[in-house]
Amino acid sequence: MNQPYYEPSDLEDFPNIGEYAPAAGEKFFDYYNAATSAGKLTEREKSLIALAVATVRHCPYCIDAFTNKCLSLGVDNDEMMEAVHVGAAMVAGDTLAHATQMRKIIKKKEM
Amino acid sequence: MVECNKFDIDGAFAVQLGKCGDYPLKATGIDTLQMNITRRCNLTCKHCHVNAGPDRAEKMSQEILSRCIKAAEHPSIQTIDITGGAPEIHPDIEMLINEMEALGKRILVRSNLVILLEPGYRHLMGLFADKKVELIGSLPDYRSQRSDRQRGNGVHARIMEAMKELNHIGYGVDGTGLILNLMHNPAGAYLPACQFALESEYRRVLHQEQNLFFNELFCLVNCPVGRYLEYLKNSGNFHDYMQTLNKAFNSKTTGFVMCRKTVSVGWDGRLFDCDFNQVENITVNSGSPAHISDFEFDLLSKREIEVRNHCFACTAGAGSSCCGTLIAD
Repeated sequence: MNQPYYEPSDLEDFPNIGEYAPAAGEKFFDYYNAATSAGKLTEREKSLIALAVATVRHCPYCIDAFTNKCLSLGVDNDEMMEAVHVGAAMVAGDTLAHATQMRKIIKKKEM
Repeated sequence: MVECNKFDIDGAFAVQLGKCGDYPLKATGIDTLQMNITRRCNLTCKHCHVNAGPDRAEKMSQEILSRCIKAAEHPSIQTIDITGGAPEIHPDIEMLINEMEALGKRILVRSNLVILLEPGYRHLMGLFADKKVELIGSLPDYRSQRSDRQRGNGVHARIMEAMKELNHIGYGVDGTGLILNLMHNPAGAYLPACQFALESEYRRVLHQEQNLFFNELFCLVNCPVGRYLEYLKNSGNFHDYMQTLNKAFNSKTTGFVMCRKTVSVGWDGRLFDCDFNQVENITVNSGSPAHISDFEFDLLSKREIEVRNHCFACTAGAGSSCCGTLIAD
């Protein structure tokens, strides 16, 4: 049994994630579609944000979906990588910022 | 009920049409005569569905050209869509344009644009402008990296140069009546995004960075035939791509697919429902011989369209045609 937890074909099941809770599912999709469609930000800008979040959140489905969407929208490869670096930098900054707690404790405990 | 014996291998497209009551798909007239006058081209693009290139010798004979001009006399045929290969290479293109103009037809020429900078072809820019020929220039991407990957190193820069010259004589410039539309198609195994969004981006980049102008951007979904099909298979993308096309099927597009009002003529005079069927050697099924020498307008204008699974490319999302999306995104 080498069946992986994540299968590429699972992405096709995304429209069905409202199963067993259709009312909530419908509300989610309304929100999802409104949030990711062009508004004051373009669809292109939103797709780059989504791609960065997808990589930070390690979601293979979203990485697949938004890499394809960025390609379709004509986003350059280096633009996509820049967006991923923003996500990576945020994760690194977030990690280091949390070391503040560690530094505070060290300073309190050490003689 | 869809007849199973009319399907090709798995007949998925015909089944899909059947589900929405559109099978068999029928022509609803002929307003466009598309003429593929040569397979020769100065470029060898990776996505080319007709496998055009410098080594191809096929070209429309004078007899076939004359038959096409005769067929175009029908008043319902308003548009002559000239394609190839690089149609500019055909030695009789000037005669063809002059004759079609004399018939009062709207003339489209599908150009790779770089040919217009080559010795022996530069004068065609003036002829096109004089005859108000609408140009559809192939530009897969507004940046060089992807365009060149698909069309060859340095091609993007040459297209920019050609656009500059065309803009200079009025093409793509508001108020001149000289139309320069651009054709986008993805440089890989994915579908194009919304035409409006891509057009805005093309316009922004081409204008801001190159000071270039065009009228409209047409988005074309790459059709899985010819060289593009080989690419899909060799890169292991074929299955995923077909599945993506299948999932993107939009029943609202079927009323607008271009085959319903177009007849496509091959270099040898054979008649097809579209350029893609031409590559697949699937001639029209009109009840009369599928050749321009037997052009029967009435039979052709209500023929049953020959559909195959590559037709999914024209019905994906907002639909796709040689003149862009079919319905509002």
